[in-house]
Amino acid sequence: MKSPVFFIVCLAVAAVVFVFGLVLKNDYFFFAGYTVLQYVVLATGWNILGGYTGYVNFGSAAFFALGAYATVVLHKVLPLPVPLLMLVGGVVAGLVGLGMGYLTLRLRGAFFAIATLALAIVLQTLVVNWDFVGGSRGAYIIRPNTLDVAGLQIPYIEYLFGLMLVMAVVALTVARGIEHSRLGFGFATIRDDEQAAEACGVPTLRLKLYATTISGALMGMAGAPFPYYIGYLQPSSAFGLEYAVNSIAMPMIGGTTSWAGPLIGAVLLGSLQQIATVTISSAVNLLIVGLLLTGFVIIAPNGILGLVEKLRGRSGGSVRRAIADNTADPAPTQGAAR
Amino acid sequence: MTALLEVEGVGKRFGGFVALDGVNLTVARGERIGLIGPNGSGKSTLVNCICGTLHNETGTVRFEGKSLNGLASHQRTHRGIARSFQLPRPFVTMSVADNLRVPLLYAVHNRRGRHLTIAEADARCLELAQSVGLGAKANQSPKDLTQIEMRKLELARAMAAEPQLLIADESMAGLSDSEVGEIVELLIRLNESGITIIMIEHIMRAVMSFSQRLVVLDSGKKIADGKPEEVIRNPEVERAYLGQ
Repeated sequence: MKSPVFFIVCLAVAAVVFVFGLVLKNDYFFFAGYTVLQYVVLATGWNILGGYTGYVNFGSAAFFALGAYATVVLHKVLPLPVPLLMLVGGVVAGLVGLGMGYLTLRLRGAFFAIATLALAIVLQTLVVNWDFVGGSRGAYIIRPNTLDVAGLQIPYIEYLFGLMLVMAVVALTVARGIEHSRLGFGFATIRDDEQAAEACGVPTLRLKLYATTISGALMGMAGAPFPYYIGYLQPSSAFGLEYAVNSIAMPMIGGTTSWAGPLIGAVLLGSLQQIATVTISSAVNLLIVGLLLTGFVIIAPNGILGLVEKLRGRSGGSVRRAIADNTADPAPTQGAAR
Repeated sequence: MTALLEVEGVGKRFGGFVALDGVNLTVARGERIGLIGPNGSGKSTLVNCICGTLHNETGTVRFEGKSLNGLASHQRTHRGIARSFQLPRPFVTMSVADNLRVPLLYAVHNRRGRHLTIAEADARCLELAQSVGLGAKANQSPKDLTQIEMRKLELARAMAAEPQLLIADESMAGLSDSEVGEIVELLIRLNESGITIIMIEHIMRAVMSFSQRLVVLDSGKKIADGKPEEVIRNPEVERAYLGQ
């Protein structure tokens, strides 16, 4: 399926979801759905770097917060419509992603992960000490109750939900487009073996910078409408642990090698968390993530997609594959740092 | 006519250890060169310096008369240098055909200045796989290949970049006698199609049957360079291999 077709199909599905919400006549659907969709975008963004090129980023919260705080700044300086704010948030987070990539991509494995974690902490410290955006006190964003579109009064939460729905469609189309392109091939070679990739003519550093930039931009766009959604933004919520953990856990649970993985993981885990929040308690969220992640790492290390593939492949050549898995490990493990 | 590859006074050290000490080497177009030397003599370091995996601290590597200093590995691949790795390094999450597709997408495309169409690339992948006898396994994972098939894939992937110079780094280690013969035959066939080849090898039978010229490294220095039969009778070479 060509990307434009995929985009239109996704939009159609999104429209169905939106209409379903309208029929439900329940604000909570939009309220909870927004969070799930936000995680779809965040997980898809994370996966472009973490899944496609294999560089695990622990600093997702920083990119999310960059988008959110870009909105807070603009809200005070130059109030723009939310779609434009998302664009600005994406640009800011994308640029920071590019800079982070340039500084850290010579590191591999755990060292890269630690560097991204450090980035998140440095940014949080900066924001806490930046009075203009409220510092540690936080910032209030008073959002209107409704949005006036050609005389039609649309509840603001429905508007935000709709925006995030479109954003999710865009993110998925981008991810899928990359996956099936020359760029996606290049990303996969980086994940498999960087030295061999270079020897095949793949400009690995440049490709990794593309990945950090696109990944950062998508995560920033996921964060940009957040202040309008939550109404009150403080550093500890924008840089919350749940963003870093969820954006890693969701692709891991869904499967990291394809665009569908983060989508499945985010919808599954995100909905589960929303249900747990209203039925048990919001504190249970991270426990659920932890338990699921542990379970998946043991039972299906390649996520739900990997599990499905394995079950399908088993009908064909289980014996041969089992032998190959046990006898040949062609790729020697690489050193952590170059 | 300028030489295809000129290595001039190339030196590389790792901390206090001198891996390469002012190595000179000239390779003419179309030659078949064997590069030998005891373990740790700097063969792989020299290859890495030619291919850009490592950067030499002194000296110059020139390809087609142009200096390669400061160029990254992939840029040298674009110029026309390809290599196979000592331990096969296939892209394990891709099929055999897709492994071959990577250089097509990234090296060949850049040189031609246009994308291959999907059909062209598919056909070329299959052709490459068939040329090394992997046609039937084109859609399998590299994990399912045997050692020799893995070596062949490694060579086919290097060939996919359509290089002028191929450096085969111990592409026969651990293979059986008949398999060694098979790979040597393959390399000679490639050479006949116009590709200059540097072969690094420990298996003397293969080296002697393949090389038109033999270069010997010992402790980072070139100690011999000439006709294979003469080089192996060189007392210094004997000393390097057998000790005094």
